[in-house]
Amino acid sequence: MKINSPLEAYKYLPGTNCAVCGEQTCMAFAAHLIDRSKKLSDCTPMLEDKFRKKLDQLQGLLAPEIRQVEIGVGEKTVKIGGDDVLYRHKLTFFNQTVLAYDVWDTMEEKDLVERVEKIRDFKKFYVGNFLTVDMVAVRCTSDDPKRFASAVKKVIETTDMPIVLCSFNPEMLKAGLEVAKDRNPLLYAANKDNWQEVAALALEYDVPVTLFAPNDLDLLKSLAKTFAEMGTEKLVLDPGTFPSGKQLKQTFNNFIKVRRAGIDGDREIAYPLMAVPLTAWMVHDDPVSASYWETVIASVFTIKYGDIMILHSIEPYAMLPELHIRDTIYTDPRKPVTVDPAMYKIGSPTKDSPVFVTTNFALTYYTVESDISSNKIDCYLWAIDTEGIGVEAAVAGGQLTAAKIKKGIESSGFSMKDDTSHNTIILPGLAARLQGDVEDETGSRVLIGPADSGRIPGWLEKNWPPKK
Amino acid sequence: MTQKMKLTQLTEMLQELNIESLEGVTIEGDIELNITGGGGLNPALAYALGSEISQISLHMANIGRMLGFPAEQLFASAFGMGAMPETQAPALGAAPGMQELLASKFEVSKMENWNNPIQEVTLGATSADGGSRKNTVTIGGENALPYYFDAAMPHRNYVTMDVFDMPIGMAKAVKSNYEDVINDPAEWAKKVVRDFNADMVTIHLISTDPLIKDTSARDAAKVVEDVLQAVKVPIVIGGSGNPEKDPEVLEKAAEVAAGERVLLASASLNLDYERIAKAAVEHGHVVLSWTQLEINAQKELNRKLMKQCKVPRDSIVMDPTTAALGYGLDYAYTNMERIRLAGLMGDNELTFPMSSGTTNAWGARESWMVSSPLKQDSDWGPREYRGPIWEIVTGLALSLAGNDMFMMMHPTSVQVLKEITQTLYGSIETEELDISNWIGAEV
Repeated sequence: MKINSPLEAYKYLPGTNCAVCGEQTCMAFAAHLIDRSKKLSDCTPMLEDKFRKKLDQLQGLLAPEIRQVEIGVGEKTVKIGGDDVLYRHKLTFFNQTVLAYDVWDTMEEKDLVERVEKIRDFKKFYVGNFLTVDMVAVRCTSDDPKRFASAVKKVIETTDMPIVLCSFNPEMLKAGLEVAKDRNPLLYAANKDNWQEVAALALEYDVPVTLFAPNDLDLLKSLAKTFAEMGTEKLVLDPGTFPSGKQLKQTFNNFIKVRRAGIDGDREIAYPLMAVPLTAWMVHDDPVSASYWETVIASVFTIKYGDIMILHSIEPYAMLPELHIRDTIYTDPRKPVTVDPAMYKIGSPTKDSPVFVTTNFALTYYTVESDISSNKIDCYLWAIDTEGIGVEAAVAGGQLTAAKIKKGIESSGFSMKDDTSHNTIILPGLAARLQGDVEDETGSRVLIGPADSGRIPGWLEKNWPPKK
Repeated sequence: MTQKMKLTQLTEMLQELNIESLEGVTIEGDIELNITGGGGLNPALAYALGSEISQISLHMANIGRMLGFPAEQLFASAFGMGAMPETQAPALGAAPGMQELLASKFEVSKMENWNNPIQEVTLGATSADGGSRKNTVTIGGENALPYYFDAAMPHRNYVTMDVFDMPIGMAKAVKSNYEDVINDPAEWAKKVVRDFNADMVTIHLISTDPLIKDTSARDAAKVVEDVLQAVKVPIVIGGSGNPEKDPEVLEKAAEVAAGERVLLASASLNLDYERIAKAAVEHGHVVLSWTQLEINAQKELNRKLMKQCKVPRDSIVMDPTTAALGYGLDYAYTNMERIRLAGLMGDNELTFPMSSGTTNAWGARESWMVSSPLKQDSDWGPREYRGPIWEIVTGLALSLAGNDMFMMMHPTSVQVLKEITQTLYGSIETEELDISNWIGAEV
């Protein structure tokens, strides 16, 4: 983005404070444009002819430094790139790293379909949503266009996830494109030898294309510049992912260099970056070691500027940390850390329902909440104001104390004596040391729940209703 | 209508035709190709012209093909070639107009505002410095974010492995490594150094907690002496986390470890940090300055340690708190990254090396639970593989945020974290690999 103050954006807006965008004033809207929480298209008056020039100018000023590229069609379309900063706390990172898992055309058809289904269906519930992976990369290992086309066909019949067509042979890419052209697939890849033919395909079929220049940033930039000149900026850059030793250190710095140059304003190289942690499998024979190392490389390039990556291991112990590190890095740091401290009803609690204590750290709260509600347990969940710190740390740091719990109870307007039949509070297992103090402060009976809220259902079976 | 145009203009026009298809386009009148120079052309120019003309004829032929004329046969017979395969043209022909890649030189500048080096801190003391350690460990000294090309990183990352003064609850995957030593901290310490390649050892005196065993500071200090005897690497001494008891315990431990330059863990704002700081200064140790995910609290505590307690700058390490992957690592990561960037840019209250309690990763249910508690989840797979990678990714993320030292628990995690951090640091040599055709690799 070329401007960084709301005033600079405000100059281009109608200035009528019409509130169509949902903000009371154009200045407020301008502030949202700068922090990218609203889009210029939300200002419908700007679409009028008389504003056309200003609209174009402002659009140019607001465009992210790193170009945004779309892959796929329909609901499953992914966007990559679009970033404006080098550090997430400076704003936030946009368009989370897209994870593509591979299949190859020399697989048995049945195995291929099964693998695609696993990729398509993998999901993990987390803070109110499912974490899922995004794409399938089809590698041509047969060197047979018919076989490649048939594998691509099988993939798109099995899933509507976007796909990457992987071959350095333009003839194979063309065969894949013929089958998948309506899916807006990503081509992988143009290199120093095949770039003319691959460019022709990218232009003819109007699809995004990856440029591959292993450890050669001059070549990478040449390719990008040349492709832009030929008429496409739907580009993804792969500076090569070397999986080990000094070459990996070099790869790490290549990613940093390219992204820094892009954010600093070198438009010729300001495209999304691709990492290929799959190369870990070229240096490890044992599948567990290879999966581990691939996950390690994937983590490095999720944190440091990889916008899309091609992976091989579909073991849960690889996919789970990959999904979580991506969520870690792409979570908007501006979102609140806490929930309001209060008594929350989960399900339809009655006087006999249990009362659980937790903290107002959003992650803790939502974890406990999802564990309880997904098991259809009716209860009260008390979010105590720990200044947004989790249970264990808050007990250690003095933010979760008996006095805080008492205060939380009093200010919620909930009465243990009148609103429950049992006058019993259940503390988190990690706050067990507060048991005596809480009993003294509140006059309620205190039970110690499990250390992990995932075990609440089993714990309740044994411990609820409380013995008299 | 006769119109003169340059060859390149004609090429451009024809390219557009080629791309856009011929629908609705008409070519009117004569096109005059006016080639000047005749036979007096120099060979290079003649070649270039020849190339242009051939390109034009290709485009023309393509137009012919679009109109339904089998132009390729004409070419084939004219030049005596076999018929061109159907898949070769036009899509696989030369891209429009570009015969050569545009030359380009990649350039990027180094960071200009990273002018303030991070403080170097040495842990452990050899006999030359009044201790009995065989080696010392120095961390810090960075002039850039870790592993960045802007400035070489002076020291690699180090791992100190946890040892407890009594058996504690541990994830099964962790516990299986320590069952033989769980009642003997000295043997435990030996094992992590000898078998698991620990750079350092942390002895956690958790039994001193009044709510656990209330072991006296004096008895706890004996365990510290045992551990110092058992291993020759630098050590970290941790309390139980009880704010009333820890100052006393760490004071006593500092006394018996005098001269060994241990790391005392920890001083924090919610206990009598002054007692701990004074014990460190008096006996030549380093203080771990621990705060909870709050950069301003970290500044405040560091300031108090320096100004109020007179702890020298080379005797402070920070622990800004580690939250596990999936359980607040985003805060921990960004907190550390902000602290390190502020230090590099000149905030002298934050220019200290950092330590991470990476073992916290084992608090995440993903690391130790047999299976997901939520029925909707896909299968989580075997937990013995899930746990170590959870600890690795937690530590790795923080290493990229600037963390120098890791307190860890699982041997596999230690091994892999060392491998990746030392690879990025640049001290791991491997055979060069050619990845130019990775797509075809058998994996």
